[in-house]
Amino acid sequence: MLVNPVKRAYLALESWFNLSFGSEWNPLYHLGTLSFFLFWVVLVSGIYLFIPFHGSLDGAHASIEYMTHQQWYAAGVMRSLHRYASDAVIVTVLLHLFKEFASGRYRGFRWFSWVTGIPTLWMVVTLGITGYWLVWDEMAQFVAVGSARLMDALPIFSGAMTRNFVSGGMTDRFFILIEFLHLLGQPLLLVFMLWLHVKRMSNVNINPPRGLAAGTFAALLALSLYEPATSHAPANLARVPQEIHIDWFYLNVYPLLELWPAQQVWMLTIGVTLLLMMTPWLLPKKDGAKAVVDLEHCNGCGICFEDCPFDAITLQARSDGARYDHEVAVDPALCGACGICAGSCPASNPFRMPRGELKTGIDMPQLPVDEMRRRVRETLDSMLGELKILLIGCEHGLNVERLDGDEVRGIRLICSGMLPPTLVEYALKHGADGVMVVGCRQNDCYFRFGNRWTRMRFAGERKPILRARAERERILIHGAAEPDIGAIEDDLAGFRERLRELKPAEAVSSVSPETRRARD
Amino acid sequence: MTEINSKPVRILLQAFNYGLFMALIWYFASAPSVRILDDDEAVITIAFAHAGQLREPCRRLSQQELDELAPNMRKPEDCPRQRSPVTIEAWLDGEPFYSASLPPPGLFGDGGVDVFHSAKITAGTHRLSLRMNDSVRIEGFNHGLEREVRVDPAQILLVGFQSERGFVLKDGLK
Repeated sequence: MLVNPVKRAYLALESWFNLSFGSEWNPLYHLGTLSFFLFWVVLVSGIYLFIPFHGSLDGAHASIEYMTHQQWYAAGVMRSLHRYASDAVIVTVLLHLFKEFASGRYRGFRWFSWVTGIPTLWMVVTLGITGYWLVWDEMAQFVAVGSARLMDALPIFSGAMTRNFVSGGMTDRFFILIEFLHLLGQPLLLVFMLWLHVKRMSNVNINPPRGLAAGTFAALLALSLYEPATSHAPANLARVPQEIHIDWFYLNVYPLLELWPAQQVWMLTIGVTLLLMMTPWLLPKKDGAKAVVDLEHCNGCGICFEDCPFDAITLQARSDGARYDHEVAVDPALCGACGICAGSCPASNPFRMPRGELKTGIDMPQLPVDEMRRRVRETLDSMLGELKILLIGCEHGLNVERLDGDEVRGIRLICSGMLPPTLVEYALKHGADGVMVVGCRQNDCYFRFGNRWTRMRFAGERKPILRARAERERILIHGAAEPDIGAIEDDLAGFRERLRELKPAEAVSSVSPETRRARD
Repeated sequence: MTEINSKPVRILLQAFNYGLFMALIWYFASAPSVRILDDDEAVITIAFAHAGQLREPCRRLSQQELDELAPNMRKPEDCPRQRSPVTIEAWLDGEPFYSASLPPPGLFGDGGVDVFHSAKITAGTHRLSLRMNDSVRIEGFNHGLEREVRVDPAQILLVGFQSERGFVLKDGLK
């Protein structure tokens, strides 16, 4: 199966980082948390810089020069960390945007996170812009005049703002207003937007792995010492700065003002923003059928509520008079149709209801647990090779059906997290010599937690666990994307050899019907 | 998904990746630079706020008209609020570089206008001519200035206007 070129480019980048960082520290798997970490660096260094900073037109530049040159070892380093961490945030946020787009994680039920993410990016940018004002050097002057021109292009200002920067209207009071915005107003708004951005997710983590955080900080510190951040000459409103070494991460719009009228610059920025915000509807993809609760088989244990990656499941008081305290309910607007809930439901045990239709507490209409069980049975029954290896994959990782052969057959689920551990046990009992579960690349699940929950369930760390009676040597868990087919083939070859050395699995078909019934 | 097994190689490659990331930040944090003015260029900026004169003069009310008004409303003059547009033209060395007719803003057209225009010019000596009309009741232009000016490279020559003094030139502020 071919993947689109954007996704292929992203996967190649991901593979490159996996080489050295591994899946645990791969920065592309932690772009959101890395952005949060950089935000903390900016915040702490900013608080430090605020102490010696002189918040006035005459004092600002001099106080920053003092920090940069006289106190280069403390405030100077803090200033550089403040600037470079801010720049790094733009890189991580843009990569985050690219990654979510390339992976198709921006549409359908995910529209809310995508749409709230765009203004959040703009808030980060405007926070950086006001930060550059506070240095009150030639670049600050360039930014101030450019910002005023942009404001004046709006119908509400009518040319009055730019005049302030050429006719002596810039005062300490205005400067302090910008200071207030940068230090308090904008950061608070940004925190609110970040909260909104992650509101439709559960188990939100804002801390990257320590090793990755330490490496990133060390790199920033090294850059701060190698090339300390410096200022331009002090702002002088009587002169136009001839050349500005601008920070392209934040100030990229301003050079356009030298080429275009401010209205055109607004049209471009608003146009790009609207285009990005409308992407979920311009390139739509319909979500699968949403999870359905069957109260007759739900005891309100709450495991699906704990496991849902998108906060779509709520635990509420029982409404059907059953003897349990709780029941679960699904909000279809939030449901990602991943099926992780079906995999977590203890009632999804395929050993239940062996004769009739297998019903469970929460299920996916497009691929019910009963259908999964039927596919496992039919696939195993149709295999004629010496070995029977069942590959269970997902729709967003490697297409396991590409590995089909005499001894290997693949079945695809919506997500590896919708696999009840007991279904693996069931497959081994019904003729499979080995089962290989291939979800998305580790730590990069399309549905956030599918492959992580699967590993934890199989390791006995999360309910429902894989029972002790399942032979661990016959089970292999992997994460892979399309480009990883070579590596999976190698692992599969090794797995095949291992299975040949093991005794054949005890298939249900080889035992008497009475024993089988007793076991079921 | 392949990972390098050798720890030293992994650490070296990680360091390389961090270095690449920092190089990207280091470069775009200050480069490429933006050239705003050439070495021999300066800027002329016309910037001021000015309210045009009233479109119609104030009129004294007759005694009869005053008597018809409530006692607390008896102002001796009726002054319509609407103001004249401000028309301004500017030339440098005989070449026009700005011309605008700015209507008074506001729901009733009674606000002052903000004039702002900025242009790059060659540094050196120039002949600057300005004229402005701020009253519909006056034909032609009722304010003007013609002067030889000298501007240094990167300097802002600021043209302002004050009702009592007319056009004023400033060669910089601080």
